[in-house]
Amino acid sequence: MSDVVNPKAAELPRLSNAYQNWYRFSRNPTAVIGAVIVVLAILAAIFAPYITPYPQHAGAVVNFRFRHLPPSGTFWFGTDDVGRDIFTRVIFGLRVSLTLALVVLGTAVPFGTIMGLIAGYFDGWTETIIMRLTDVALAIPPLVMALAVAAVLSPDLTHSMLAIAALWWTWHTRLVYSMTRQIRSQEFIEAAETLGASKFHILFREILPNCISAIAVKTSLDCGFVILVGASLSFLGLGIQPPTPDLGTMVAAGSAFLPEHWWESMMPGFAILVLALGFNLLGDGLRDLYDVQEVK
Amino acid sequence: MTVPVLEIIGLNKGFPVKNGFGRTVDEVRAVDDVSFSIAKGEVYGLAGESGSGKSTIARMIMGLERPTSGDILIEGRNLGGGMAAAEKRKLVQMVFQNPGSSLNPRRTIGQSLRVPLEAMGLAGRKIDARIGELLDMVQLPANFAERFPHELSGGQKQRVAIARAIAVQPRLLVLDEPTSALDVSVQAKVIDLLVDLGRELELSYLFISHDLSLMRNFADRIGVLYRGRIVETGRSDAVFENPAHDYTRLLIASVPVVTAEEEAVRPKIPLIDGEIPTAEALLALREQERRNPTSE
Amino acid sequence: MSESLLSIRGLNVQFSAYGRSQQVLHDVSLDVPAHSQVALVGESGSGKTVTMKAIMGLLRDPPARILSGEIRYEGRDLLKLPPRERKKLNGTEMSMVFQDPMSSLNPVFTIADQLGTILKYADRRLGRSRSGRERMARVLEVLAQVRMRDPERVAASYPVMLSGGMRQRVLIAMALLSEPKLLIADEPGTALDVTTQAQILKLLKDLVADRGLALLMITHNLGVVRETSDYVYVMNKGVVVEHAPAAELFSAPREDYTRSLIAAVPRLTGGMRFGSAGARV
Repeated sequence: MSDVVNPKAAELPRLSNAYQNWYRFSRNPTAVIGAVIVVLAILAAIFAPYITPYPQHAGAVVNFRFRHLPPSGTFWFGTDDVGRDIFTRVIFGLRVSLTLALVVLGTAVPFGTIMGLIAGYFDGWTETIIMRLTDVALAIPPLVMALAVAAVLSPDLTHSMLAIAALWWTWHTRLVYSMTRQIRSQEFIEAAETLGASKFHILFREILPNCISAIAVKTSLDCGFVILVGASLSFLGLGIQPPTPDLGTMVAAGSAFLPEHWWESMMPGFAILVLALGFNLLGDGLRDLYDVQEVK
Repeated sequence: MTVPVLEIIGLNKGFPVKNGFGRTVDEVRAVDDVSFSIAKGEVYGLAGESGSGKSTIARMIMGLERPTSGDILIEGRNLGGGMAAAEKRKLVQMVFQNPGSSLNPRRTIGQSLRVPLEAMGLAGRKIDARIGELLDMVQLPANFAERFPHELSGGQKQRVAIARAIAVQPRLLVLDEPTSALDVSVQAKVIDLLVDLGRELELSYLFISHDLSLMRNFADRIGVLYRGRIVETGRSDAVFENPAHDYTRLLIASVPVVTAEEEAVRPKIPLIDGEIPTAEALLALREQERRNPTSE
Repeated sequence: MSESLLSIRGLNVQFSAYGRSQQVLHDVSLDVPAHSQVALVGESGSGKTVTMKAIMGLLRDPPARILSGEIRYEGRDLLKLPPRERKKLNGTEMSMVFQDPMSSLNPVFTIADQLGTILKYADRRLGRSRSGRERMARVLEVLAQVRMRDPERVAASYPVMLSGGMRQRVLIAMALLSEPKLLIADEPGTALDVTTQAQILKLLKDLVADRGLALLMITHNLGVVRETSDYVYVMNKGVVVEHAPAAELFSAPREDYTRSLIAAVPRLTGGMRFGSAGARV
């Protein structure tokens, strides 16, 4: 009965999937804004040395003549306590945040997805072990875990990433697990089984493609969270160490000079906000686009 | 006499009913002592309503469900007796009810058709050639291999499902309500195709349906299932022209028809208190009348 | 045709998606006289569902747009009524019997809750009011009208506790709550077994006859049409291709499309030859 209501099936000229997706995406203002923010941030991070006014300020430069200057035409975001341009350092700081997101999600998402597929498709002990493991991991807040790891090992970015990734995969496992449960009872999986497809084939060729859009939505939303967690760690002194510019560290350093030199922590803080917001808008937009309900 | 393609002897299937502590307290008999056989090139129809056990029988033949007791013989060889899965797949295949869900929405038609061919050990150009051949057999153009299921109509999807099922050159096709989701004009063409393929490839069909009018015209012999039991079986014209069992009569009487001739031969619907009774109520009443013929 | 309860004239509807548009209804006209049983039959994509949604005011704009035409109910053009006035008619003057007995009921409320709430809102739209007890009495009354053996027990049940056939009856009861004059049934009983479907169709026929309702049956099943309707409209690709009294349409269809549609229905008497060797109209 949805035949005509769904114009795809009606006699509209056949449109490619890509075109339909693009059309819907382009009509969704929040998604477009999110995508623009994310793309600009990535480009800015990659080309930071060429687009920033004082690329040398990304390092350990001291310039006491210009310390604590408010935002102006020369220093757009003002300068910090040793006279470095905050705008330059914010742009360079994006590199750290984005790398953090890339590395954490680059390991946690594939691992979590595979675990979810396995737990969802196989019953019995495999499922029980994986899913109870996720329960345990979900009970630990990532920030606390990162604090513990940093305390045991040493406070640096690699260890924070490890700590976050070690917990983050479980979210994806749960998502993919529930989708796999649903998909595996569908007829096309039974059909593949009766036709002699291997388990590997069923997991990665039949089930996984049906989860991809939900995973993409969740990953995009996750980027924002991971960046926030990374910034919190840096703020607490457990992330990137000076003089490498990092948004969280800059907020922490600048907070010593609040409220009169507000720009020193507000500007990097604002950058974190915009970046996290960009990923969230993009994720929401993708969710609308794919009509994914599984991701909350 | 030649060996039947399918022979089912004393097949039973019970599903355990568990209490809140996971202990089995009872058993639901989904299939109750069912026996029938299908000769080479024959179409055997299993007619029944929901809960009659017809789908459970199909799933047991396909090995998706294990019988509690009884034997399923294909060309005289017992399916339960350690027959390799690969060997079995070459003998029986299935066409599912819903063409919308029996094809993976994220895989092209060509990719779906590859699955059985790869499982058979074909490779490279032979696969592409065979896919073209299969599409041709179900009267679809070769370029459909590139398309996704959502670009096809319901009838076209069901043709693809049929192509996929005959890819391994089975002896028997289990057709589980293959046309119930299709428009009547499309249904006629899909049945045309099945009849042609049956002749060409000497296929036998187990046709499972609740559409009695279609069954009358398509099946050579039928069995009427009620609550897991075959209550009546015979050549389909004989069963339809002279139904012996009360349930069969109720079933045939309930079919909405389009011509006066049909109306004339259709049994009158029995009414109890001016109402059409449920099958359960009708059979209980008849049983009572048989035991106690004087009352009434 | 002023005596018609419902009358559609020259309805044109267009759908737009992805920046392109397509007309899905072309000059559709049909009449449902009071106390009559009319069927609108067609295959998927014929436009029967769009027509039904247009009547019920369920078409969303976008993607749907009514280009022209009128839908008159008791002489008033529904398309020109203010939305508020239009809404008043749904459930009170014309009611819809939904197709899917599984998803049309909310699983977490009892039947009494759901029917009671619907009745409350219908009353509110009409500016009436009823006490809780009166509402409950009315709910039990309609459940009895759809021939539930034990209305009290059904009312206290959750949907999962009822069989498919019982749920379909509940949906019919729901449509009857505010004593409408027109019932619009969308594929009633097609999700059910044949024996249950026969019960539902008989119930609908009896209700329409006993209560003097008009019935507009939307279906793809020609057998159902012949069993329940006295006048038939056949649609194909957004156009009404033929309309005639049911007896006439089935015995002597005028249009090729209707003829081929009827010919494609398998006969209970057999004799249909399938395969390329067979030849149908």
